[in-house]
Amino acid sequence: MTVYLFRRLIQAAGVVLAMSVIVFIGVYAIGDPVEILISPEADQYERERAVKALGLDLPLWQQYLTFLGKALQGDLGRSFVFNEPALKLILQRMPATLELAVGATVAALIIGIPLGLYAGLKPDSPLSKGIMAGSILGFSLPTFWVGLMLILVFAVQLGWLPSTGRGETVEVLGMRWSFLTRDGLAHMVMPAINLSLFKISLVIRLTRAGVRETMLMDYVKFARAKGLSPRRVIMVHVFKNILIPVVTVVGLEFGGTIAFSVVTESIFAWPGMGKLIIDSINVLDRPVIVAYLMIIVLMFIIINLVVDLTYSMLDPRVRLEAKGT
Amino acid sequence: MTATLEVRDLRTHFFTRAGVVRAVDGVSFAVDRGKVLGLVGESGSGKTVTGFSIMGLVDPPGRITGGSILFKGRDLAGLSEEEMRGLRGNRIAMIFQDPMMTLNPVLRIDTQMIETVQAHERVSRDEARQRARDALGQVGIPSPDERLRSYPHQFSGGMRQRVAIAIALLHKPDLIVADEPTTALDVTIQGQILAEAQKLCRVTGTAMIWITHDLSVVAGLADDIAVMYAGRVVEQGPVDEVLDAPFHPYTVGLIGSVPSRNRRGEPLRQIPGMTPSLLDLPAGCTFRARCPRAEPRCSEPPPMAEYSPGRFARCIHPYNVPEMAA
Ligand SMILES: Nc1ncnc2c1ncn2[C@@H]1O[C@H](COP(=O)(O)OP(=O)(O)OP(=O)(O)O)[C@@H](O)[C@H]1O
Ligand code: SF4
Ligand SMILES: [Mg+2]
Repeated sequence: MTVYLFRRLIQAAGVVLAMSVIVFIGVYAIGDPVEILISPEADQYERERAVKALGLDLPLWQQYLTFLGKALQGDLGRSFVFNEPALKLILQRMPATLELAVGATVAALIIGIPLGLYAGLKPDSPLSKGIMAGSILGFSLPTFWVGLMLILVFAVQLGWLPSTGRGETVEVLGMRWSFLTRDGLAHMVMPAINLSLFKISLVIRLTRAGVRETMLMDYVKFARAKGLSPRRVIMVHVFKNILIPVVTVVGLEFGGTIAFSVVTESIFAWPGMGKLIIDSINVLDRPVIVAYLMIIVLMFIIINLVVDLTYSMLDPRVRLEAKGT
Repeated sequence: MTATLEVRDLRTHFFTRAGVVRAVDGVSFAVDRGKVLGLVGESGSGKTVTGFSIMGLVDPPGRITGGSILFKGRDLAGLSEEEMRGLRGNRIAMIFQDPMMTLNPVLRIDTQMIETVQAHERVSRDEARQRARDALGQVGIPSPDERLRSYPHQFSGGMRQRVAIAIALLHKPDLIVADEPTTALDVTIQGQILAEAQKLCRVTGTAMIWITHDLSVVAGLADDIAVMYAGRVVEQGPVDEVLDAPFHPYTVGLIGSVPSRNRRGEPLRQIPGMTPSLLDLPAGCTFRARCPRAEPRCSEPPPMAEYSPGRFARCIHPYNVPEMAA
């Protein structure tokens, strides 16, 4: 197990390094921040001074090495715009995005699994067909459109839910969270639902496919032949088996949810990392973009590792291999 | 004395898009206390579906469309699902064909055994575990305490089948339907399991239906034999008599296709042709197209006839019947 973890960590370091090169070159290629940051009226001298101050006069490889050296000390550069450490800016906004993504994932599981179970167990009922049709909508309707519709209906027309911002927050562990206050929770409902729409559909489909496949297995028939109640057969024998793919996919999807929250955060003016990155891209605030991408890469790596570990906990057959027996 | 199980004219059909599959179409047989009935036939002849029908485990699009299944005199076909569940795994148990697939891969053996005990009896977990351990010991699994905490993939195929048998034995059932339980195992293990099964029937009085397509297994284990072909029983009787002097041309063909020591060197005979499609059975005798003794009269469906005491065949022109030999 320790050997396995160690190998994974080395791999992870390699991936981060490779990504840092790609991200750095990629961001460099997007455009020159000087054009945007420095007022057009500035004269040649002022320009050069600014470029020098930002370190933009050095060749690319030198800029990269400087970046790498500082990154190893936990310094991902200073934002051109806010003149604050990029890392700090992002970390400040991370709780907002995290709670939104977690909320969306939890909602997807709570809504998706029961619907998927039902659709899988009674594939021919009209309700199941409705659920499946709905899941296609969930896949294909664009997030921004659904977000706007939600605002239109629940905020503008009905006035039930607030449509912008995080609402009231409380500070726990040095970070501000919305989900712990009533007002914050109310602010979270719409963005979380909006973000989870795709996931709900995904969970429904995974669960349904899993149920249909598992129900045909000999071990399910054998469980019935033992005289177990239908409830026990489904909730224990079938459920434990479909949990494996559902947890794996939803877990891996979590990184995607964070990345995708960009759209939702923009629509609901949710002050998370997504909103920050959009603003930073608009002004080509390179250090923030690079730092954001690096953090996302890191997050994906951590998520994959956690999913792998969970997976091996759920599936006894994998557990054994991981131990090397 | 009523037989432990008496199946009368059982019909189980599958209503598929392509048409009605008559997987079991008028099957009758009986098994007494402590006896073993060997149910043999080619792949697809309806053996497993017969077993599932007895268990009440036929799933849509399949349905029992006729006949009766009398278990100790009570018709199972008339029971509610709830009543049937009380019998399943309790009074009637089934062992499946493929031991690699019958145990749930993500649940420990103890979970899968304890739940079976508790499904039918109000006992504490500890007591249920005790019972599970005893059952594992009974089927010859070493260090059962430790094995209870294992997952199925940690067992070999033979051991898994023993676990499945132990589960079937938990409630000392009156009837066990064993669906080719040893086909997937190697010969030595097969022999051990057969010997244990036989002992069990004799000692506890459990009746057993042993489904197989291996005639040598039936010869050593069963008291009676029922030969199935295309959803029907075509011959039945005491196993020694049937194997010594089969009536039905299909039984003759089956016996001829088994390698045997006394016919060493001779080529194995094959039954020509293929099993007919159950969707579209030929009128008359369903074996006609493959039968070396077919004659025009065979285009009428042959009735089940008793050609010698206790021995039946569904054929109008049987082998080995004294008065018809000429
Ligand atoms: N769910 C189903 N839908 C349609 N037809 C089915 C279904 N289940 C079984 N059948 C048909 O019933 C027939 C009998 O199948 P069964 O499994 O009982 O054969 P078997 O005698 O047990 O064969 P084997 O020796 O291969 O196990 C087969 O022809 C099969 O096509
Ligand atoms: S009834 Fe005729 S066709 Fe059928 S098995 Fe007997 S002899 Fe052959
Ligand atoms: Mg079968």
